[in-house]
Amino acid sequence: MGRTTPKKWTVLVNAILIVLVVLWAVPIIGLFISSLRPKTDVLNSGWWTIFSSKGRITLENYRQVLGGSTYTFVDAAGKTVRSSGDNLSQAFINSLTVTIPSVIIPLLIASAAAFGFAWMVFPGRKFFFTSVVAMLVIPLQIALIPILRDYQKIGLTGSYLGIWLAHTGFGLPLGIYLLYNYISTIPRDIFESAFLDGARPMVVFARLVLPLSVPAIASLAIFQFLWVWNDLLVALVFLGGTKDVAVLTQRLATMVGSRGQDWHLLTAGAFVVMVIPLGVFFALQRYFVQGLMAGSVKG
Amino acid sequence: MALPTKHDDRPLRHHRIGRLVVSAVVPIITGVVLWAGFLFLKQGAAPPAIIALAAIIWGVGGVALLFWVSDWLVNRLPLRAAKTLQPFVFVGPALLILTWYLVLPTLRSLYLSFFDAQSKNFVGLANYIYAFTDSRMRESFVNNLMWIILGTGGSVGMGLLIALLADRSRYEKIFKSIIFTPMAISFVGAGVIWRFVYAYKPAGEMQIGLLNAIVTLFGGEPQAWITLRPWNNVFLIAILVWLQSGYAMVIISAALKGVPSSIIEAGRIDGAGELRIIRSIIIPHISTTLVTVSTTIIIISLKIFDIVYTMTGGQYGTEVIASMQYKQMFTFYDFGKGSAIAIVLVIAVIPVMWYNLRQFSKQEGF
Repeated sequence: MGRTTPKKWTVLVNAILIVLVVLWAVPIIGLFISSLRPKTDVLNSGWWTIFSSKGRITLENYRQVLGGSTYTFVDAAGKTVRSSGDNLSQAFINSLTVTIPSVIIPLLIASAAAFGFAWMVFPGRKFFFTSVVAMLVIPLQIALIPILRDYQKIGLTGSYLGIWLAHTGFGLPLGIYLLYNYISTIPRDIFESAFLDGARPMVVFARLVLPLSVPAIASLAIFQFLWVWNDLLVALVFLGGTKDVAVLTQRLATMVGSRGQDWHLLTAGAFVVMVIPLGVFFALQRYFVQGLMAGSVKG
Repeated sequence: MALPTKHDDRPLRHHRIGRLVVSAVVPIITGVVLWAGFLFLKQGAAPPAIIALAAIIWGVGGVALLFWVSDWLVNRLPLRAAKTLQPFVFVGPALLILTWYLVLPTLRSLYLSFFDAQSKNFVGLANYIYAFTDSRMRESFVNNLMWIILGTGGSVGMGLLIALLADRSRYEKIFKSIIFTPMAISFVGAGVIWRFVYAYKPAGEMQIGLLNAIVTLFGGEPQAWITLRPWNNVFLIAILVWLQSGYAMVIISAALKGVPSSIIEAGRIDGAGELRIIRSIIIPHISTTLVTVSTTIIIISLKIFDIVYTMTGGQYGTEVIASMQYKQMFTFYDFGKGSAIAIVLVIAVIPVMWYNLRQFSKQEGF
């Protein structure tokens, strides 16, 4: 809620805010409306004219970007292969396949490490954790060439495993840092009674620490989810451009190149890319904001 | 803190060989299972959705399995060794991955940056001379500086403005969540959204881009904003401001709630106007937050890639450092120059890293 503010200001304040909010929302509204208009309408008139005369609405654009044409061909080995044309539904599945493990794996590894840093004594503990803090802002560009060379040597380019590990590596510093801050505040006596009962650290970690850290893990998960789903650079470098593995952001960037003026398709494509993160975002905004507060140092 | 370890199942002498065998067999089975999964995924002889599902189960389950097996193994060791190794079951995987993906790459990029395109011949500082003297590189430095100044200034300024205004409005929540929404949108998606806003058709035709429609409505000439040097950089930076203002706003807004009302009221009683209160009381109070938010957005601006890649591909005078690095890697296959540019980026973040480390070392209790 607002503070007590002199009356004369409140009208002006709300007026400026409304202007800004409209400025922020209009590009998204325009995109969404255009994605629902027939091709000829989109290309010949502004989307705002839908409110006046031409109110035609269609799902054809979505059908086209999601489905595309399916065709069969015989490959070099003589096998008949069914393949799809310009379709985003395959890319959608690819995005999910890349994103889900790229969120869960770093979370597992980061929470284990955070637990180790917070509750165990070992040589180099302070040095290692300080290094993690230093790595928070390292630009991932530094890793692209060396890791790409490694991947070419061991055959990980274009593989899901390769990109999961890359996202894990790039997401770990923030993950460890945030979860350490959280896990180190869990009261000590909760653990001690468990240890006295003879529980192994791994059991304590799985049965006590993970469940108690759910709020922190949730906000980190949303963070990492948005980061991975929306990433373009890491996918371009490690996944390569072949259609059967390319993720949504790659396909959309390609569409901008090849269909630069087909606005009815580009707008629908952009909306397909946005729909999941927007949904996650609105459903879990509270957690996301908490994560932002705790982690405003990431590079 | 010393962790008590369960030790009622320490190996007895006559069981030792049997236990050794078991200790070897379990990791081997684990390895075989994971390898089989890997081969299955690599062949890809199943519908994409099945492959995707299997990949997810394999990847996530594999990591969990590795944790359990390594923990199990460590606990079969003699007590002393188990106690020493136990922490590394937890921090070891993270340290290994960070070493592979961030620590070693920094050193390796530094090394590669002194070699030629194929990393065969030592070329001394030639790649760095290129990085600082080449005309495209100089262009990208200037542009990146513009991104940092206008992008950060715009986002933090807008964020501060909206946070201050929203703090004084009854509809704070709605306003803030609309401004915040673009945070969920990818740079590529935002690129398409704004390309559409900037869309251009020759004068006389019906404009479908919002900006040109407004310009022509007021009698102006339609412009191809994306190719209009040097202003096109500003139009690209506007996208970043649109995306990041929400982030700045949320953090600043939280800090505003922490400014004690009593000080503000005291300022009012002393006759200070609203602007004076903001300038002399509120801004100083939230200055640390402003610094934190600014450094975060500075780093985002410094590494900006996706927007330029999607909107212009670096043409029309919009090249930035990260897009040049990408080009050296994948267009010219010059790993020497690409590495040198990456090192330049790292050097650029060192002040922020130093600041973070200083803040961290001030923290107590570690």
